[in-house]
Amino acid sequence: MLGKTAGGLFWLSRYLERSENTARLVEAGFRMALTRAAAGEDEWGSVMTTVGCLDAYLAKHETITPNTAFDYLLRDKTNSMSVYSVMRMARDNARATRTALTREVWEAVNDGWMLLKDMLKRPISQTELPAVLASVRQQSALVRGALQGTMLRNDIFSFSRMGALIERADNTARILDVKYYVLLPTGAPVGSSLDNVQWEMILRSASAERSFHWLNPGNASPKAIAEFLILDERMPRSLAFCYDELITCLRCLSKDYGDTRSCHALAEKLEARLTNFTIDDIIDNGLHEFIRDFLRANAALAAQIESDYRFYK
Amino acid sequence: MRQADASARPPYSDYCDWLETVRINDLQKKSREAETFFRRTGITFNVYGQKDADERLIPFDLVPRIIDAREWRQLVKGIEQRVKAINAFLHDIYHRQEILRAGRIPEHLISQNAAFLPEMIGVTPPGGVYTHIVGVDLVRTGADEFFVLEDNARTPSGVSYMLENRETMLKMFPELFSRIKVQPISNYPALLRRSLGKCAPARSTGQPTVAVLTPGLHNSAYFEHAFLADQMGAELVEGHDLRVVDGRVAMRTTQGYFPVDVLYRRIDDEFIDPLNFNRDSMLGVPGIMDVYRAGGITLANAPGTGIADDKAIYSYMPDIVEFYTGQASILKNVPTYRCSEPDTLKYVLENLEELVVKEVHGSGGYGMLVGPAASKREITEFRAKLTARPSNYIAQPTLALSTVPVLTRAGLAPRHVDLRPYVLVSPDSIDITPGGLTRVAMKAGSLVVNSSQGGGTKDTWVLEE
Repeated sequence: MLGKTAGGLFWLSRYLERSENTARLVEAGFRMALTRAAAGEDEWGSVMTTVGCLDAYLAKHETITPNTAFDYLLRDKTNSMSVYSVMRMARDNARATRTALTREVWEAVNDGWMLLKDMLKRPISQTELPAVLASVRQQSALVRGALQGTMLRNDIFSFSRMGALIERADNTARILDVKYYVLLPTGAPVGSSLDNVQWEMILRSASAERSFHWLNPGNASPKAIAEFLILDERMPRSLAFCYDELITCLRCLSKDYGDTRSCHALAEKLEARLTNFTIDDIIDNGLHEFIRDFLRANAALAAQIESDYRFYK
Repeated sequence: MRQADASARPPYSDYCDWLETVRINDLQKKSREAETFFRRTGITFNVYGQKDADERLIPFDLVPRIIDAREWRQLVKGIEQRVKAINAFLHDIYHRQEILRAGRIPEHLISQNAAFLPEMIGVTPPGGVYTHIVGVDLVRTGADEFFVLEDNARTPSGVSYMLENRETMLKMFPELFSRIKVQPISNYPALLRRSLGKCAPARSTGQPTVAVLTPGLHNSAYFEHAFLADQMGAELVEGHDLRVVDGRVAMRTTQGYFPVDVLYRRIDDEFIDPLNFNRDSMLGVPGIMDVYRAGGITLANAPGTGIADDKAIYSYMPDIVEFYTGQASILKNVPTYRCSEPDTLKYVLENLEELVVKEVHGSGGYGMLVGPAASKREITEFRAKLTARPSNYIAQPTLALSTVPVLTRAGLAPRHVDLRPYVLVSPDSIDITPGGLTRVAMKAGSLVVNSSQGGGTKDTWVLEE
């Protein structure tokens, strides 16, 4: 398999995951802004920080209003992180790796792009927003379904799966990075209504609210939320889950190719941190530092995979 | 489709019977379905020079062009003869140049031709094949009367449309295909793979590795490159995926560099090797020509084949066919006036309203004048260009091209068509896929069928014997 193709598949999945994550963040931010009018500006600011485009936004707009914020996050062609740009790049990568994709996967990506391109043509009203966001998530789910259901389980599948997992771990860690202070015992008085809303926002941003409450009925604590999103291997957007699966993919690759490369050791080191530590260890040693380290290490692993499997040279 | 008395021509009679049972509205609905299918599959092309332009669809018309088996057999004979002659000509022109010595072609037409590559002198491609893939452009002017317009011996495109048009027709009108027996074309990719494999360098052992070289995602024919690679089970590579390693051309895989035996390149000669040709080319592979000359890789088509489909050489094709096969050319050449000759130029200038004038090195239907369809001003402007550089032009009479109906909003209406059959050449065989790509001028009366100028395509049927 060409190195370029492996890279294309990896990034195809990263971009699809990213568009879904951005849609989810916008959804959570919108809901939060609706329920707490006063803090609207802060919430959109923190959504854009999480997505990584706040500075660029502020360079273009003087103030943060809900409509300019979600317009920038969804439709702005000059914003490389907008759902529009990200889907466009996903589709370009799918075109570039067409020979490695099944017809079902290609059509799911292409249909998704045509639908979203059309949907994002005109400014979106607050009334239309929920339907647009649902669509973004649906398109991503359709591609994932086609990948799961029709792709051969070989190196092609491993590379595309790894891209999604790296991106997802990055996204969950970013949510925690931006909101870590809400989860610290030293924050506002525990049990205050402000906290409750903020915790809810974190859980929603990771599509984790239902499963969390189901596991912890009537008993939300910042520590439990942090533990759930970082260490719970049952939770498909937790860091531990992503790394567990990443290790599986890397093992499949080393079985396919008959060798292990530098990225294998790197991934195992990171995974060990997620299985050997308890949430108390993490909080005692500094939640924010832990998350920061994780983000750096996750990016380093992505770069190592890129170089080990010759995506670019 | 119809004869002078308005009855259906024999190959169309079954189709016309069927047509009488369908409503135009239903056909129009099918036409929209076909368009959706093309868009979803991504059978699109990019238009050069239009930044950020959307990918376009080539209009697909769902009335097939039908050729009967007997006429096709005749055509096949003519194409085989022509393709054999082209390969013999290319070998000769890059070796002993007997045809020049015999005085059948003026020497300067070769030596001063940009399509002639001195780098190919004395080089014999693996298996002796120069043109692995040829797309001969033909027009039909009457029963058994076909003229060759162009030989397309470089990198003919469009074969993916031939294949996808048929797939679409099978989806839209299954009942038609059970009623009318049409020769299948679906094994073209397998034949192409086999044909290219047979041309692998002598020193390569085992199953040859074939790759398709594309200029990339933004090339107008990218879909076709990806499609063919996919259908052949070959890798789709770009220049930066390849490099010369230990005297072989190798592609960068996730497990290191892996040698390629046959490269089906969809890049023009001048861009293929920045060390040997255009130094600014980012599309090619530095040093690939040296590997090629040393017999380390097969390039399909061979570099330098453009000299055979050059428009200035075209007028000599009857001589070329006769010189190498010893027989008169079966396919007709359109009579061609070489504007470089003063007497001829005079005739051309006096009859511009009647003639088609083409640039010698032009392609894609650009830079040409279709006299009968041109305005007075266009003719005046063209006259100036022609007088300034006569040797840059050839002229041909306007042919009475055959028409086939297309589906328009107002119902069926005749439009002019041409035909491009695809020919695969290997050391021991010439395979011609029954049918080919029918291109159709979508504007009433127009003779320009190029997709870059709004032309469309049709499925082409060759009936079973």
